[in-house]
Amino acid sequence: MSEAPRDFQELFSRTSPWLQGEGPHAEMVLSTRIRLARNLRDVPFTHRARDEQLLGVLASVSAAAQESTAFRGSLLLRMPECTADQRQVLVERHLVSHELGDGARPRGILIAPDERLSLMINEEDHLRLQSMTPGFQLAECWALADAADDELDQSLDFAFSQEIGYLTSCPTNAGTGLRASVLIHLPALVLLEEIQRVLKSIMQVGLNVRGLYGEHSEIMGNLFQISNQTTLGRSERDSIESLERVTRQIIETEERARERMLRDARTQLEDKVWRAYGTLRYCRSIHAKEVINLCSAVRLGVAMSLPGLCPLRTLNELLVLTQPANLQMAAGRELSPAERNVYRAELVRERLIAADREQSQDSQG
Amino acid sequence: MLCQICGKNPASVHFTEIHDSQMSEIHVCERCAEEKGMQASAQQHKFEIADLLAGMVDSMTQTDEERVGHVSCARCGLLYSQFKETGRLGCSECYSAFQFQLRPLLRRIHGDTHHRGKSPSHGKAVATRSRRIQRLHDDLRRAVDREDFETAATVRDEIRRVESEPVPAVDPTPTDATGSAS
Repeated sequence: MSEAPRDFQELFSRTSPWLQGEGPHAEMVLSTRIRLARNLRDVPFTHRARDEQLLGVLASVSAAAQESTAFRGSLLLRMPECTADQRQVLVERHLVSHELGDGARPRGILIAPDERLSLMINEEDHLRLQSMTPGFQLAECWALADAADDELDQSLDFAFSQEIGYLTSCPTNAGTGLRASVLIHLPALVLLEEIQRVLKSIMQVGLNVRGLYGEHSEIMGNLFQISNQTTLGRSERDSIESLERVTRQIIETEERARERMLRDARTQLEDKVWRAYGTLRYCRSIHAKEVINLCSAVRLGVAMSLPGLCPLRTLNELLVLTQPANLQMAAGRELSPAERNVYRAELVRERLIAADREQSQDSQG
Repeated sequence: MLCQICGKNPASVHFTEIHDSQMSEIHVCERCAEEKGMQASAQQHKFEIADLLAGMVDSMTQTDEERVGHVSCARCGLLYSQFKETGRLGCSECYSAFQFQLRPLLRRIHGDTHHRGKSPSHGKAVATRSRRIQRLHDDLRRAVDREDFETAATVRDEIRRVESEPVPAVDPTPTDATGSAS
């Protein structure tokens, strides 16, 4: 197991494992995530609890977790002790939700050494256990979360009823408290205007679709987060299998759409990919959303095996590193929006040049 | 960048179209996207508990609504009417306190009202159940002491309910299960 980051700075300097561009179907599925919501039986839910009760939850949950093998040696970040930028970096890195990131109450996050497991404390629920893996690997992701949950269950008294299951602050999560999701890239279905039909059928089978940054976030860069909607009446295994089945169908539909597009409009498609790459490689000022949208075209090019583009890992990293707080953290100071655009363009160019150099060394070596 | 339809709001929805092998990009604001039925976001389909509750309340008479609104959780004091506003319950006991109101809501959200997933380990569940009964007895004593007989009656019913529940069974979905029924 990798060494735990000792502090925020060390965490910041590392690449999140879910961005590594590895795992099954990594060219289409960026990451797989599992979240389990749990509450302590004897404490009111977070929004009704007093700050001193939440401090107690923070202390007892982090102590119990640090004792478990899953979270041994993990890094605990207390939100009130983090700066606003640090909290936003964690949000952009998908470790922390917007709610936890407001920093106003005794909340915290525990990050396991390899960052695949994390535990938000005093979010909407007392515990939000999260596992993240690169690519499409629901079974592995569930195994990680399930085992960590079993360990925590040994020392914490979770609110649970035989009839309703795990009791959560919002009844939409009651039962399993499970949210399983895949972050999937569907450019061909968007280009061919088939996405509405696909999204509609996804929702008809009881799954939910969101943008890159979860609930209420906008769809950007043809990236969609698909997750289970209901948590009561089905076992975790059933929910996960149904998401797995539907995701496989979506992957096939997208693959067929890509084949059709390549057959009918190969030149236009290649042109779009290379123009996107060219803009990223030579831009001098660029907005975050434009980076995400251009990276989408380049990602499609990588999936089409066009030679000379950057690896998936670079594209995934850019998604997070070009977000405003990550950018300011890297610059070491606050940047105005205009300065951010310039700094962002510089960072994108440097990353692409570095990826280029690595690839040419690999091909020579 | 401004919306290409209304030219007023900032464009936040981006589409790429192919027509006769010609690719073109359209940048529009969310309002125009919605009006033209172009919105790909899941926002319009999101679950709003408040909407669900509002729909259910419509079918109630005013007296029903007043009666239901004043039901409160004996443990944390949350009123059902407060839950209706925020969509958040106050504590784990709220699920018992509002069980009659919550059941139809849970059915509407999940299509079911029974948990079929994993549960805390068996031995622990038994211990937890007796701790819970003990705590309810404490609540009952406190309510009687302060002559709050309404709460006492609710707590007494809750004790009966918990005591009549079967002792938690072994985890219904063993994690080491191999192979499925299919």
